[in-house]
Amino acid sequence: MNYEIVCGIETHIELATKTKIFCGCTTEFGGEPNTHCCPVCTGQPGALPILNQKVVEYAIKAGLALNCKINTKSHMDRKNYVYPDLPKAYQISQYDEPLCEKGYIELDSGKRIGITRIHIEEDAGKLIHENGETYIDYNRGGVPLIEIVSEPDISSDEEAREYAEKLQLIMRYIGISDCKMQEGSMRCDVNLSLRKPGDSRFGVRTEIKNINSLSFIQKAIIAEVERQTDILDGGGTIVQQTMRYDEGTNSVSPMRDKENSDDYRYFPDPDILRFSIDDEKVEEIRSSLPELPFDKLKRYVNVLGLPEATAKQIFRYRKVAEFFEGALAEGASVKNTANLIVGTIFSTMETEEEKELFAIRISAAQFAVLVKLADEKKINIGVAQSTLQKMLESGKSVEEFIKPEDLVGISDEVLESLCKEAIDANPKALADVRSGKDKAINTMFGYIMKKTGGKADIRKAEDLLRKLIGQ
Amino acid sequence: MRAGITELATRLRNREISAVELTKAYIDAIEKLNPTLNAYVHLTFDTAMKAARQADQMLKEGDAPLLCGIPMALKDNICTDGLTTTCCSKILQDFKPYYDATVWEKLKSQGAVLLGKTNMDEFAMGSTSETSCYGAPLNPRNTNYVTGGSSGGSAAVVGANLAAYSLGSDTGGSIRQPASFCGVVGLKPTYGAVSRYGLIAYGSSLDQIGPMTNSVKDAAIVFDAIKGGDKRDQTSVEYEYGSSLAECMDRDIKGMRIGVAEEFFSGINPEIKSKIEEAIKLFERNGAVIENISLPALKLALPVYYIIACAEASSNLGRYDGIRYGYRTSSYTSIEDMIVKTRSEGFGDEVKRRIMLGTYVLSSGYYDAYYKKACLIREEINREFYTVFEKCDVLIAPTAPNTAFPLNCKGASPVEMYLSDICTVPVNIAGVPAISVPCGEDAKGLPVGMQIIGRRFGEATILQAAHFYEQSAGKVIGTYEGGVGI
Repeated sequence: MNYEIVCGIETHIELATKTKIFCGCTTEFGGEPNTHCCPVCTGQPGALPILNQKVVEYAIKAGLALNCKINTKSHMDRKNYVYPDLPKAYQISQYDEPLCEKGYIELDSGKRIGITRIHIEEDAGKLIHENGETYIDYNRGGVPLIEIVSEPDISSDEEAREYAEKLQLIMRYIGISDCKMQEGSMRCDVNLSLRKPGDSRFGVRTEIKNINSLSFIQKAIIAEVERQTDILDGGGTIVQQTMRYDEGTNSVSPMRDKENSDDYRYFPDPDILRFSIDDEKVEEIRSSLPELPFDKLKRYVNVLGLPEATAKQIFRYRKVAEFFEGALAEGASVKNTANLIVGTIFSTMETEEEKELFAIRISAAQFAVLVKLADEKKINIGVAQSTLQKMLESGKSVEEFIKPEDLVGISDEVLESLCKEAIDANPKALADVRSGKDKAINTMFGYIMKKTGGKADIRKAEDLLRKLIGQ
Repeated sequence: MRAGITELATRLRNREISAVELTKAYIDAIEKLNPTLNAYVHLTFDTAMKAARQADQMLKEGDAPLLCGIPMALKDNICTDGLTTTCCSKILQDFKPYYDATVWEKLKSQGAVLLGKTNMDEFAMGSTSETSCYGAPLNPRNTNYVTGGSSGGSAAVVGANLAAYSLGSDTGGSIRQPASFCGVVGLKPTYGAVSRYGLIAYGSSLDQIGPMTNSVKDAAIVFDAIKGGDKRDQTSVEYEYGSSLAECMDRDIKGMRIGVAEEFFSGINPEIKSKIEEAIKLFERNGAVIENISLPALKLALPVYYIIACAEASSNLGRYDGIRYGYRTSSYTSIEDMIVKTRSEGFGDEVKRRIMLGTYVLSSGYYDAYYKKACLIREEINREFYTVFEKCDVLIAPTAPNTAFPLNCKGASPVEMYLSDICTVPVNIAGVPAISVPCGEDAKGLPVGMQIIGRRFGEATILQAAHFYEQSAGKVIGTYEGGVGI
């Protein structure tokens, strides 16, 4: 039988602050084990936490970008539990007064997925199991996190993926995290239950922990829905459990029972005073937000007139969008700028990560000089593309590759005589074109390009050729 | 006769004695008496001699701070870089922090000479110092009696003249009660007036470091040196006390409004009660205005204290798991087994009792009934203190309902022991400052302590009142024969 999926996602995002949430240690990823540590982040006796104000600002930024209400009065709580990588035996987190509440993310369909809350907390260390021994690296301990909890509004694996993807994009855009799922700077837990259509009660839910890629979110949901469906169809009942998704076997299996629900014994952390943020600060943060990605996408299509496919390729990487808009600001045309980025520049980048990083050797201004030459038809697109290639490889400006004399276009008279030459020199191609094999005209283009060193305007040449051939 | 800090400082500056000689004199006295008194648990003579030599250098160069070259002691829950700090618990056996507590950093930079770390109740939990894993320190006034606790060692080293002053910590009376039992002065500053960075936490919202000294003036001098906001402790405050506290104490107390709350006097040993009443009369005779006031929520202070302190302790002590430092059990089969055995073997009974109590009151289903309710009553107690201090400058109360207990008499009855904190805990709950000053002796010759309580950051006023009493009451303070004869 068919069931309705009820799904909510909890997302942990590591904030890109330079220092940890409660001390001055670096948050840099990696490093020799236990070198990015101090008495505070390793929970030494007597050490006390000092809340990093940047963390509060970043979390508010996230809240504003996700349409949340900001709680201007808030505090930190202790969540008590014992685990070897948690040095104080409690995590400093937020319980009943999260910094942000009641926001949403809008899906392409127009459906809104509610954001229940966003709170700040500290990350734990990392256990390393080697040769039958367990070692602990506390470098990650105290790295600031925000936890974004969605409402159980998600009703399909596609929606789940879209939600996570949009969340990632927005967080990257506002610059608070790199959201690298493979490095763990963004991790998702999926809560899922099934119910009969029309049923208003929730079914028993399971939680799939620590999913580390967007496609695994989707796959894990499909696998878990299948597992729960089989149980329910067989007349069984779902056990409330924490599950793990195995990428290798594409299956979901229990991690530990949640029957005895954990008692975290939350209470306000007495070492950190209640804090309040004034409305002006919130407004200051609001005004510092960049144009959000989906607003940008709409503008690219509706105002700039970019085809949606091209717009989507550009807007999703903040640095690319900045580069694109930088070139436009220098006066380059929308169409040529977009096409050269998506065509030529992207062809030098294989992975998403490279596009995300967008480490190129030329500036938007240098790029704009080139685009404008194409815009003004001083060079054709082919020349623009090959010049751009050379610029990207060398980091040098347009002037290095295009000499002033190159910029003088081929005059109409010269082009016409060249076309005549091309026809005379290729009698077979002429016959082919006349007999309907239109592609044969390329031979004549090749002749003209060779003679002009690629500088001829190919459209003008085509018009002339067809006129001369009489077609 | 013992010398105060000012006198020692003068002699050091007049070259009557060098810091090295002074330190040696204390070391000799400690070597002679500490095996009996058990007041010091870790001795740091090597570093003390080094510090003394440096102090002499500073003194020679002139402009040395007042505390330069003066030998002192720290309670064993105050972290010292490279020096053993154990909270007198087996679980922190041989623990050497690699950082200094802010208070020690401040004193060290002024040329203080640390003689050693003093005995205390394990993790500051207790009222007799008998829960120490090193055994109880003995009361220098009568070695058949306890020192009080938890800063028993810090009180004893001052009382026995084995340090010019010491620092203790006070969560529910742990400075004031042993000060009263040993006949010394103990100041519990306003919560936040002194940085807690490097103080191994017991009840974080109640803990405060303070001085234990031979005189009120000395308490003011040491408090002056350790107070102040600290960027490493968010709960600390940079309060502007005006001119030096030690200097403003000689002001007249005429017109000072002194509150006396009946609630502080119920269940108090009559001998103590009459001593305190005599003291109040002395204030009145000298122009103070006595106000009879009431603090009805005070009767709830003790349960509120034990709920909040234990809740925080259960959380603060979770980190002692044998993984990173301190004691680890010798054989185990898994990480869980290691943690369970380490904690079972490493903690004493009183600490375990409070961890369990704290875990219970924070558990889901009990949180609202205990912890949350305790927080609400705490607010009510705060309000009452606030109201009282609108019409009073200070409150006077006994420090403890009894004088020192005989050794080994309270261990069997935790509740009876908890009751001995009844006069001191309300002060910690409200975060206000209080000082205990010697107030005569009982029939057995054991010291009685009087507590003077002030409004938040009202240290100047309570020091002034305490100083006045100390000066006016004459030689009511018995002297201990022994210790340093300087």
